[in-house]
Amino acid sequence: MTQLTVDGVSLGYDGNTIVRDLTFGVNNGDYLCIVGENGTGKSTLLKTLLGLHKQTAGTIGLGGGSKRAGFGYLPQQKDIQKDFPASVNEIVLSGCLSGCGLRPFYTKKEKALAAENLDKLGIAGLADRCYRELSGGQQQRVLLARALCAAKTMIFLDEPVAGLDPQATKEMYDTIFALNHDGGMTVVMVSHDISAAVEYASHILHIGKTSCFFGSSAEYARDFVRREGAL
Amino acid sequence: MNIFEKLAYYLQFPFVQYALIVGVLTALCAALLGVPLVLKRYSFIGDGLSHVAFGGMAIAAVINLTDNLYLIMPLTVVVAVFLLSRGSRAKIKGDAAIAMLSVGALAFGYFLMNTFTVSSNIAGDVCTSLFGSTSILTLTTGDIILCSIMAVLVIAVYIVFYNKIFAVTFDADFMQATGMRSKAYEVLIAVVIAVVISLAMRLVGSLLTSALIVFPALSAMRIFKSFRSAVICSAAISVFCAVFGMLVSILWGTPVGATIVMTDIAVFALFYVGGMTIRRRV
Ligand SMILES: Nc1ncnc2c1ncn2[C@@H]1O[C@H](COP(=O)(O)OP(=O)(O)OP(=O)(O)O)[C@@H](O)[C@H]1O
Ligand SMILES: [Mg+2]
Repeated sequence: MTQLTVDGVSLGYDGNTIVRDLTFGVNNGDYLCIVGENGTGKSTLLKTLLGLHKQTAGTIGLGGGSKRAGFGYLPQQKDIQKDFPASVNEIVLSGCLSGCGLRPFYTKKEKALAAENLDKLGIAGLADRCYRELSGGQQQRVLLARALCAAKTMIFLDEPVAGLDPQATKEMYDTIFALNHDGGMTVVMVSHDISAAVEYASHILHIGKTSCFFGSSAEYARDFVRREGAL
Repeated sequence: MNIFEKLAYYLQFPFVQYALIVGVLTALCAALLGVPLVLKRYSFIGDGLSHVAFGGMAIAAVINLTDNLYLIMPLTVVVAVFLLSRGSRAKIKGDAAIAMLSVGALAFGYFLMNTFTVSSNIAGDVCTSLFGSTSILTLTTGDIILCSIMAVLVIAVYIVFYNKIFAVTFDADFMQATGMRSKAYEVLIAVVIAVVISLAMRLVGSLLTSALIVFPALSAMRIFKSFRSAVICSAAISVFCAVFGMLVSILWGTPVGATIVMTDIAVFALFYVGGMTIRRRV
């Protein structure tokens, strides 16, 4: 079932088009990797899919009963202020908020989910620490835990392994793969790690300066990567 | 009479008790909202709104409205929503627009009061609305009930939407992306801030209102590292400063608003130094 249809979408800022006429679909249970050079518009595409940015042309449709309330999101740029007093626990819990509706407080189940995700990312020991006093990689894990709490049907990750050490990178890929493979979660991920993308993803969207490619990762490995010599 | 006897003597009077109740409630609301206000970089909006409230007060004085809250509150709420909904797409940059609005409202208010008012003591009236006055001691029962209802409402809204307020303050984009209406919560914060400002104006006057909102939050943030502890500490500081400032001003006849704000500043200095020593030790 199609969860997301992108039809003839162009992206841009202030009248400058950066990506033209993009058409693809994401089905239930897909693992889509978006790759491409710096500045080609991957993050912009993700923001547009999430409704944070307006496309300059084309339509984006949500289908198959997917609602934004079941989405998880890990942003690339974190313009979170230096002096923000927030504990890791508060931030991760806030990922559960989309399921709360008008209920003012978190349930036991939501608190347990937050604790479980902290555990999964190996930061259970940091739960009461102040976010602004963590290292970059630790902060990345906190925001990932928040995204995991929010994700019910789809998860959008913008360079999730940036800033993680090799061990954590491996674990992160395994976690995402398990989420997709065992949990049936649809994954849309921006990555620069093409070999990992080909290995784990079911589909690949390559956004190039001049042309774009969309297809299964096997096709991508066969046609595109060989031609570009990128692998 | 020593100080305590004098205090006990004053505290017998219902108008002093009322003033203390209203003062504490107002200070509490101001401090609660102060934390998201400072963190969302809305401080300048708070400042602009308090000047707009001054304009509203001038209009109320000219048309001889007995309870000016009925005019000031809707006016500041409308301006707050307007300021936020223009958002980032506005061509005149946010801070410049607000600067224009706040000096404009000041000039407009002063002009109105000077030109049209029938009062014989214009300078006194203007001074009162800018810096607060003993007007907190001349509240009617109606005033107190209205003030208390609004304050309780603000606190209730804050508690009910606490988690959402945290989320929209920390990361509005994430909230929006995961299907929540972050814009609506931003507007909610703005509306509540506008209500708080029109309440706080009576306590400390329009020029000092943003001090009441901003200082306790900034003090708390020097030391506390989670949102919840910062909010609680900010509220505690603000209530303490309001009570202390009001008692001092009752005992020694100092201006209420300025005394409360001076207390807030002293506490901020204390927390600033405290925060530095803690940070150095760790
Ligand atoms: N807020 C903005 N206003 C104007 N232009 C922008 C803005 N954000 C990004 N751009 C431009 O849009 C283009 C795409 O940016 P985007 O962040 O989507 O790239 P990206 O593919 O995610 O790159 P990277 O791999 O470095 O993360 C860039 O050329 C950038 O200069
Ligand atoms: Mg990017």
